[in-house]
Formats: sequence, structure tokens, C-alpha cells
Amino acid sequence: MLLRSRLLKPAAALLLAAVTNAAAAAETTAAAQLEHWNAQASTPGQAARGQAFFTSRHGGEWSCASCHGTPPVREGRHATTGKSISPLAPAFNPRGFNDSARSDKWFRRNCKDVLNRECSPGEKADVLAYLLQLKP
Amino acid sequence: MPPIKHTHPAPARAGLLLAITLALAGPAVADDDGRSMPRQVPKAYTSECGSCHLAFPPGALPAASWKHIMAGLDKHYGSNVSLDDATTRQLDSWLQAHAGTWKRVGETPAQDRITRSAWFQRKHRQVRDAVWAHASVKSPANCGACHPGAERGDFDDDHLKIPPGLPLHLRWAWFD
Repeated sequence: MLLRSRLLKPAAALLLAAVTNAAAAAETTAAAQLEHWNAQASTPGQAARGQAFFTSRHGGEWSCASCHGTPPVREGRHATTGKSISPLAPAFNPRGFNDSARSDKWFRRNCKDVLNRECSPGEKADVLAYLLQLKP
Repeated sequence: MPPIKHTHPAPARAGLLLAITLALAGPAVADDDGRSMPRQVPKAYTSECGSCHLAFPPGALPAASWKHIMAGLDKHYGSNVSLDDATTRQLDSWLQAHAGTWKRVGETPAQDRITRSAWFQRKHRQVRDAVWAHASVKSPANCGACHPGAERGDFDDDHLKIPPGLPLHLRWAWFD
């Protein structure tokens, strides 16, 4: 019993540390963000609608795919500067959509580039539904 | 025999003084050549500015250019890249503190673009338009296409690489 508790305590401490670290690094997931936007949208996100939205231009010069690629499972490149951009689909990028403040910021910034306005919760839900079904 | 006086003749004294001055000024000059990155780079500079383009060394533009740029983030070369007030202030003061003061950054380039500076154009005068337009380069702002150390502020001519896929007839600028 004594031996067991001696072994178990450090193991439990390690596990706790690992969980805490993971929580600090990744505050959310793409699936959780889809839920979040679904709750504010009139209909739940649809992958097919998201794909059409992602690959189309919306009056401006760029679509989402102009920088992120189609499908966005590899490194993208900024349409003007050529700077490489990490793969957008969460299954291909461990940091993809794991920080809600960062995701919100990029939605805000990039939607203005593509649509000249912010995206609606429904549009964000569609795009997330599309990105989430892209698997290796 | 008269005692040896340990004083230097005037020219030698001036030379020594000059050597000491240069030694003291050395690190400051190296830091101020405009191309290396300052030792302390705010995280927000890398994450906000460096996501869409290279986190350019602040010394590549004069203070006045950085002022214009930071005052117009809502119209940043065709994009609205506004930041919250605290981040804007933080980056603005860091850029002002590290802006270029070296001789080549004497005037504000057109549109506050590094690539429109006289020194940049002179340095790249042998690079043909077809090189900038090549798929693996895309833009003169894509420093890393040819300068693999660009992220660290290493733009040394001896560390150049040839962008992948560049046809032979466009490569001669690299060997000149």
C-alpha cells in the first residue's frame, strides 16, 4: 500500500501538470468554437456551405483560399507578401483554433479583407464545419 | 640617464583616444546598421506584424515612416490591420526607439515602403523583375525567399540562397 501510494502520487502529480500545461497552451478547440458559433447562428454550420464560402470571392480581390489554399491542409502563402501561413485546417495544425482570442482576431481581420465587413456567426460556423471535416 | 617619461607624443595620444572612442562606439554602430533586429522584440511585433509579412527590422525605415504606418493601420497597404490601443502604443514606441538612424535611412521612402528606399533599390539593382514575380518569391517584401536569415535580421550577401525553381538565366545576380 505504501509502495503503491509512493508510486501513484508522483504519477498523479505528473498527469495533473500535463493537463494544466495543455490547458494553458490550448484554451479551446475548433469543435468547441463551432459549438460557440452554432449557438449564435440561425442554423448549425454546414461544411458544404462553408466550402463554397471559403473558396468564393465576395466582391473583393481575395477569397479565404487566396492565402490559405484549397483545401487549406498545407502551408498557405499570403497573396501579396508571399509569407508562409500555417495550415488552417485544425487536423493539420496543432495550434489551429486553440485560442479563441486569436481566432476572433483573425476572423475579424481577414473577413474585412475578403468581405469588407465582419463575418456573421453563421458564416463562421459554416467555415468551421468545413475545416473540421478536412482530415489527413 | 634621465628617467623614462611614460607619456605618449601627441599624435599617439590622439590615436589612442580614437581607438578607445571606436571601441566604445563599436557595439552602438553595429546595432545601428539598420538591418539587424534589436535584442528585445515585443511578442506582439512578431505575432501581429510578422504573421502577414516578415517582422521587418525597425532600422530599415526612419522614425517618420513608422509614425505614418502606425497612425494608419486601418488602411495598411490595402488591409485593415487595426490593433487595440495598448498594443498600438507599445509597438509605436518600440519602433520609434529602434527606427533607422543610419546614413542610408535619411529620407522617408515613397508610401513608407522599405522596397522604395534608394538603398534597397541600389542593393537589388541586378535583380530582374521576373525574379520578384517568380512563384517562389512573389514580392520584394518576401525577404526570406533569398535571405534565409531574414527573420533574425541577417541580410548578409554571403548568406543568400537561390529561390527554388528559379530558372538558370535569372540566377546571375547571385554570383555577381
